[in-house]
Amino acid sequence: MKKILGIMGFAVLLSTGSCKKDSDFLNVPPKSVITTQTAFSDPALVLSVIGDLYNRQKDFSSLDDGWATFADFGESFPSDNGSYFIVQNRNWDYGTWSIWDYGYIRDLNLFIDNLNASTQLLAADKARFLAEGRFLRANYYFEMVKRMGGVPLITKTLTYDNSGNVVGLQIPRAKESDIYDFVISEAEAIKGSLPADPSEKSRATQAAALAMEARAALYAGSIAKYGATTPQVSLTGGEVGIPASMAAGYYTKALTAAQAIINGGAGAYKLYKVLPDLSDNFAAIFLDKSSVNQESIWVEDFKALAGKTHGFTTSDQPYSVSDEASDAGRLDPSLNLVQSFEKLDNTFAPIPTKDGAGNPIYYADQQDPFAGRDARLGGTVMLPHSFFKTAFIDIWGGYLLADGSILSSDDATHLAALPGTTIPVQVVGKDGPTPTGEPLRTQTGFYIRKYIDPTTGSGRRGRGSDVNFIRYRFAEVLLNAAEASAELGDYATATTYINQVRSRAGLTTPLVLTGANYFDRIVHERRAELSFEGLNLFDMKRWRIATKVWDGNTESLADLTSNLASATKRNTQPWGLYPYKYYNPGNANNGKWVFKEVLPSNVTGVLNFRLGNYYSQINDGIITANPKIVRQPNQ
Amino acid sequence: MKIKFHYIIILAAMLAGSSCSKLDNIKPPSITLKGQLMYKGTPIGVEYNQVPFRLYQTGYAGNSPITGTFDQEGNYSVLTFNGNYKFTIPGGQGPFQWKELPSGGRDTIAIALTGDQTVNIEVTPYYMITNQAITASGSNIAATFGIQKIITDATAKNIQTVSLFVNKTQFVSPADHAAEVDLDGSAITNMSSVSLSVAKPTFAITQNYVYARVGIRIAGVEDMIFSPLVKVTF
Repeated sequence: MKKILGIMGFAVLLSTGSCKKDSDFLNVPPKSVITTQTAFSDPALVLSVIGDLYNRQKDFSSLDDGWATFADFGESFPSDNGSYFIVQNRNWDYGTWSIWDYGYIRDLNLFIDNLNASTQLLAADKARFLAEGRFLRANYYFEMVKRMGGVPLITKTLTYDNSGNVVGLQIPRAKESDIYDFVISEAEAIKGSLPADPSEKSRATQAAALAMEARAALYAGSIAKYGATTPQVSLTGGEVGIPASMAAGYYTKALTAAQAIINGGAGAYKLYKVLPDLSDNFAAIFLDKSSVNQESIWVEDFKALAGKTHGFTTSDQPYSVSDEASDAGRLDPSLNLVQSFEKLDNTFAPIPTKDGAGNPIYYADQQDPFAGRDARLGGTVMLPHSFFKTAFIDIWGGYLLADGSILSSDDATHLAALPGTTIPVQVVGKDGPTPTGEPLRTQTGFYIRKYIDPTTGSGRRGRGSDVNFIRYRFAEVLLNAAEASAELGDYATATTYINQVRSRAGLTTPLVLTGANYFDRIVHERRAELSFEGLNLFDMKRWRIATKVWDGNTESLADLTSNLASATKRNTQPWGLYPYKYYNPGNANNGKWVFKEVLPSNVTGVLNFRLGNYYSQINDGIITANPKIVRQPNQ
Repeated sequence: MKIKFHYIIILAAMLAGSSCSKLDNIKPPSITLKGQLMYKGTPIGVEYNQVPFRLYQTGYAGNSPITGTFDQEGNYSVLTFNGNYKFTIPGGQGPFQWKELPSGGRDTIAIALTGDQTVNIEVTPYYMITNQAITASGSNIAATFGIQKIITDATAKNIQTVSLFVNKTQFVSPADHAAEVDLDGSAITNMSSVSLSVAKPTFAITQNYVYARVGIRIAGVEDMIFSPLVKVTF
């Protein structure tokens, strides 16, 4: 009986379970997929969606895209066996620097559509997310227009109807000016919905939108103005090239947007002035992530021990104090860059290595030749005998003997005996430069300091560094304002802006901008302040001087050391400056330092920027898929 | 271990057998199309690898061209299939003018390929170098030549510089040279007789010859036009 009861009970349970309709049984909502509706109902979920979109922004130089994105252009030498092509190639391929990520644009458009359709978000949250999505889209279009010129402007999601006819999806290139106008008008439209909060750095803020607007308008203005000097670089449809008549309008917009930030309308941003040593202070702009840093506006942030780190410090730390035995020293700033930092009296001069009679100058201290210069030199570049982490770095190329010959070796541990002695001693710096051009230690006599993380363990591959990458910062906004007002003829205003940036770097003798000097001065100031920040190429392109600076001719020592103040100075090969210890017992100069300019032996190529490089190639696959796309000029 | 020969024989037989199968069902391209840049039968020298051309095959969906560049004597060569092609040179390339269509866009040369073919590309250069003589004189390499202005209408362009390049190998260009001397276009007084002279370069391994040629840089044009290459023995 008990058995029958048990069986009956089981049967009842089974039959009740079977009452479920088939369709219900099969329609089980997946537990691992969040539906669009759910995702756009909760601000925390929307934040994680837009987090992905933030991560997919594209920068020219990016700390997590590899150190090599900071190399090239004569500003540095790549001390890495696999990367010498950077200084050995004759040409940049026409396709270099091209981007065309319409998948990302589509995802941004989808994000905006989904937000607009959502009903459960608070109005304030929704407006902010919407503004962020539009900001990211505008910033990516800005990145595209800088590299490609006018691109198809797609601001809504396109849907394919499976009809086999794709003509409706083939969108021709917009005018170059249209894309810049889009970036500017989007910034204007969204700035009110974004917070004016200087402590918010990794998400879009009002200042970020304005900084993007100022930079975009400035680029458009200079393309309009200086594009007139290269009439070959234009297309009749305006996809490439902006009419010169539009220059003043763009410069005015750039100035207005920059001034909105400078005047505090978007939050209390200011230049970073915290540390008493001006070089340390300059380096700290890129290291200080606390709220004290009111200079950085929008950054790509990283967090150590939490999954988002980069290997920039690992790749570029000095060899002798490296946290990883065989990872160091790849990005070596060139003498070209080092000597371009001006002296404190606002004049330019090469690093002195010889006196008037052509005899070498003997320096008691390795840092003496670099004394009395722009503090940003020491903030951007690690000079010989700089202190890093735990020790002074050891940069010297060998012993210069009394007869003028050099005693050196390929490694600091390979010893040699000095003349007249029998005990082998170290004859080359632990950090290079070696006569054989050993990689992973400096081959120019300098290491990079910008972004190099002094935190313990930051140079280890496993831990990585979490120094953030600043996309927009206040000093650049000031320089943008200075350039825009100078281009509009208001040199007095331009002078006040540029001098703010200069005095922070210790250049306290006021500079006066005039119609005659402003262009060279602004070009130089941007190089000194913004080197290795991914702006150099675009600056050279928009001023249309890239073909002069990288003109395909070899750079002799005479070329290197002359004409320093000129914006169009040749910069086709990265030179180095090697310190040598003078060995001549009994001589007054024994033990002092002699410096020699050296072109690293791996530099066999010459940078040659061709007219077809001004706008990167749109590849044939894209043109085949969409015949309405016009080809770039000069390719 | 005993070597079992019959396994080796079987393996060899399998390998031999498998190599007989036809893995590729598409024939490789076998038709050569080549030619040279010409102006009225005179070849035009350019810089190696700097002047590109495009070859479109008609009758296919899509429009991806075969691309290539001219060598320094102005030669090009393509290995392809029979078919109808259109040849063109992209805008802004080459030290010459290429015919523009009234509708905008670049003219093309139609080529019907039914076998190996030589098609010389006739273009109109801005300038030509005539009567070139490059010789060794003492410790110098000296060049004398004339310059003929070909395009004289509204689209004419001035000479920016003329240069003599000398190198130890046959590659002689702004990128590859051991010695160079420049003369500003404005400093040329007699177009029919221009002289340039540069000291003989010295090489790590001594050789009793150098290669040299003369190039003209035209204002507002990226590519230089070159005279034929000369081997100078001394």
